Amino acid sequence: MKANREWIIKGIALAVWAGVLVSSGIAFAQHRQYKEAVVLGAGVVDVRTLGDYFEPLKGTTNDCNIYILDSGVPGGTLLIMGAVHAEEPATNLAAQLIVENASATTGRIIVAIHENRSGSTVTRPGDAYPQFFTIETDWGEKKFRMGDRWANPLDSWPDPETYVHYPSGQLLAYMDVRNMNRTWPGRPNGSLAERTSYAFMRLIEEEGVDLTIDLHEAELEYPIIGTIVAHQGALDVAAMVSMMLTAQEFTIGMEISPLALHGLSHREIGDFSDSPCILLEAPEPFLDRVRGVTDEALLLTGQDEFVMKAGEHGLLYWPIDENGWPIDIRVARHVRTIEKITELWTRFHPDEAMVVAGFPTYNEMVELGVGHFFHDPSTVSQDRVAFE
Amino acid sequence: MTIMIVYYAITAFFGAVLFWNFVKSKDVQKAILYLVILMPFVLRVFRLK
Repeated sequence: MKANREWIIKGIALAVWAGVLVSSGIAFAQHRQYKEAVVLGAGVVDVRTLGDYFEPLKGTTNDCNIYILDSGVPGGTLLIMGAVHAEEPATNLAAQLIVENASATTGRIIVAIHENRSGSTVTRPGDAYPQFFTIETDWGEKKFRMGDRWANPLDSWPDPETYVHYPSGQLLAYMDVRNMNRTWPGRPNGSLAERTSYAFMRLIEEEGVDLTIDLHEAELEYPIIGTIVAHQGALDVAAMVSMMLTAQEFTIGMEISPLALHGLSHREIGDFSDSPCILLEAPEPFLDRVRGVTDEALLLTGQDEFVMKAGEHGLLYWPIDENGWPIDIRVARHVRTIEKITELWTRFHPDEAMVVAGFPTYNEMVELGVGHFFHDPSTVSQDRVAFE
Repeated sequence: MTIMIVYYAITAFFGAVLFWNFVKSKDVQKAILYLVILMPFVLRVFRLK
């Protein structure tokens, strides 16, 4: 009798367990396999993949799309990289907005929307991130994957006890072997993130990239926020952009890339190629450790009473009020800063001119919302739609 | 790649041990605990999480 009761309880537990396993497994698989549609704007003349520049990456999770916006007029080449950290959604939204709307009138723009695609197929364990978020557009809701700072352990596992950066030998935290902003310039036989960095270095070399822009977002508790971090090769442009935008449009700081901090894009890309790198940081309260409920609303509105309270106690490096930091403003800051960088780069380097068109204005993005600038993939020819 | 395969084999081994403990355990509370612990092992072996 007792044995029967034991097996009845075990059977019920096993059935519940199987139900949870199947439902969560389906949710995880759907998130990992979900594809975001990208409508190719008139400026896009070619879509390659990262594996075209480093064959071993071909067909892997990180064989991301590389969008080429070529004016046909000789000039400079700009590389824009979004979502190196896939939990910073203003970065891939800004990159996608450029692919769908912008064009080059002198020189070329090369865009990677999901620089570390593996990181966009997983959310941070234990942090209750939403798996998806949606943006309101003129034709309905557009759904995007929410991701993590690090590449998916399903693609890169196990981590070492300590991550030794190549080639500096600097010791870093173990999980940063999956953090693409700690693996530059990469190596061909390293971890997935190291191989992906290496592939981007080959792209920079092969395409003759003159300037690289790496898009990020940061928590308000972190001192590197609302700022431009520049390699010494682009200090003049970065300083001028910071001064002009702060004086005329919105506050944005400027910092010099530390010489001895290795693995970061703004240090290594410039040191190991002919392209200086500029990193942009926008404020994302969703990432703050003192935040409240971690949901899609916080991700999109950037409004959080706990983060505000931290601000009242002087614990933040960036201001926040009841308006928060909405996704529209964060994307607008990135897009407008990129446009300003091209303008000043062209002024400082007329032989490497990058003249762009089709960028929405800062006010348009804030007032109409970024969704207004995403196009309906069902209304265009399917050969003008790519998937991320 | 070799290390990754070895780790999957280790995960599968511990998953099997946990399930066997679930079957053999006379204490239902412990048996349920074994199931809870088993969940991430199974999700990893099937490459879902």
